[in-house]
Amino acid sequence: MLRQKLLPVLTIIAAIAVIWYGFTVYLNAPWQLDQYEKSATEWSMTDLVRDTMAHDRPVLPAPHQVVAEIWKTTVKKKVTSKRSLIYHSWITLSSTLLGFVMGTFTGMMLAIFIVENRAMDKSLMPWIIASQTIPILAIAPMIIVVLNAIGLSGLLPKALISTYLSFFPIAVGMVKGLRSPDPMLIDLMRTYNCSRWQLFITLRLPSSIPYLFTSMKIAIAISLVGAIVGELPTGAVAGLGARLLSGSYYGQTIQIWSALLTAATLAALLVIAVNIAAQITQRMMGAPK
Amino acid sequence: MVIKADKLNLDFETNDGVVHALRDLDLEIGAGEFVSLIGPSGCGKTTFLRVIADLETPTGGSIAVNGQPPEQARLARAYGYVFQAPALLSWRTIARNISLPLEIMGLSSGEQQERVERMINLVGLDGFGGKFPWQLSGGMQQRASIARALAFDADLLLMDEPFGALDEIVRDHLNEQLLQLWKKTGKTICFVTHSIPEAVYLSTKIVVMSPRPGRITDVITSDLPDDRPLDIRETPKFLEIAQRVREGLREGHADD
Ligand SMILES: Nc1ncnc2c1ncn2[C@@H]1O[C@H](COP(=O)(O)OP(=O)(O)OP(=O)(O)O)[C@@H](O)[C@H]1O
Ligand SMILES: [Mg+2]
Repeated sequence: MLRQKLLPVLTIIAAIAVIWYGFTVYLNAPWQLDQYEKSATEWSMTDLVRDTMAHDRPVLPAPHQVVAEIWKTTVKKKVTSKRSLIYHSWITLSSTLLGFVMGTFTGMMLAIFIVENRAMDKSLMPWIIASQTIPILAIAPMIIVVLNAIGLSGLLPKALISTYLSFFPIAVGMVKGLRSPDPMLIDLMRTYNCSRWQLFITLRLPSSIPYLFTSMKIAIAISLVGAIVGELPTGAVAGLGARLLSGSYYGQTIQIWSALLTAATLAALLVIAVNIAAQITQRMMGAPK
Repeated sequence: MVIKADKLNLDFETNDGVVHALRDLDLEIGAGEFVSLIGPSGCGKTTFLRVIADLETPTGGSIAVNGQPPEQARLARAYGYVFQAPALLSWRTIARNISLPLEIMGLSSGEQQERVERMINLVGLDGFGGKFPWQLSGGMQQRASIARALAFDADLLLMDEPFGALDEIVRDHLNEQLLQLWKKTGKTICFVTHSIPEAVYLSTKIVVMSPRPGRITDVITSDLPDDRPLDIRETPKFLEIAQRVREGLREGHADD
């Protein structure tokens, strides 16, 4: 079972590594050849491959360089250190989670309003959709600056950007879920003369749960994106976004790539966590294995 | 009079024209009667039950349930409804599906439990209370939905082909059970079926319908004795009534 799941994943990782190494050599070769020429060194193919993988500021770092950097900045550094990736990850993670929770809550509330109130459906939905057509990169700095001006800084402004991104899939998925019950089941509830509240709590809400979890998987991943984007305009103090930004200031490509890889790993872990929560919930709701 | 339909009409507006689901339906069902509706597919049996249940609004004529408009009757929880499909909530166990209407009525949990157990036993699902719907066969699911309607314990039962998905033996058994329950409780039952023997075996009155437009072609009052063992289906009297129903159905078809 585990083997069946692991094997394809490992195969893909191996394939990516091979391609990555190929590009490392290819992209770093021009500069290396330049060096050889300047110092009039004799070089063989093996030299070239070895040297292109050992640049300080390569165009594209080799996977093992990135892994070594990650190792150095996680295991070998105290978590309280400003150079620890764990420290930066935690900064980003905390605002991701706060933003995700607020976004999920907002999205659910909006969905409930929309489903339970016709006027809301007509008036709210266009705004919700319009809100997502504005590029986040354009409004993230404004949110940060405006909130800073009224004395809010740190976690909350970043989390709000995550909220802004994540409430949307939740609202859309939840509306669909709340409207998903079979008409026959709604008729059944009608024959019991049940109240709106009873209809909501016994039928609509449970029906929406699978939709909610699907949306949450999307929402948590874009919450992370939101948190990273939110760190960019703050002048690169802390967080994975800050690492990306300072890395690009100083041409530290290895640092950029290790922050990127960490962000990707974090995203994967978050999605897996939501997945596990979804499975537990659905098991409790009697879903077949 | 529990149900009184007078020149009842119902037209569905569809994309390809108007469907006359019910045309000039006149029918009276008295308290304690067991009435079967029988007729080919699409003749409006389900639609008629849905009108009684206030799930569909007639476009003409009048209908009264317990002397009231159907909406009033629905709000008073005057009937239990068994749908053509089981309509169980997939995230609730069988027992909790059966207790659903009881929860909504706000019965005490003791009362709920007592009724659920009794109904599970009645429909022969002992030991399946803790299972989820997908763990049961289609026929068992249908029995659970019958148990749910019976647990509701209204004086009027509307049943839309409740035994259609069951095998012959279980069907016979549940027919007997239903007949006993009806005799014991004096409920009024409005029962849709495609089976002539089932209709004759159960009913005090058989309503034969025909499609396009949906209308009543014959109403047969059965004079079979109240006490009906299963082998009554072999008696000449039974066969005679069955023959009349069959002729009624054939007449409806001949119109096509
Ligand atoms: N919601 C609807 N919209 C449009 N037409 C409908 C609707 N419901 C039913 N009809 C039509 O009304 C007619 C009667 O349908 P109904 O479901 O009452 O038939 P039925 O006698 O119960 O058939 P069956 O034995 O197959 O269950 C059919 O022609 C059907 O197509
Ligand atoms: Mg039908």
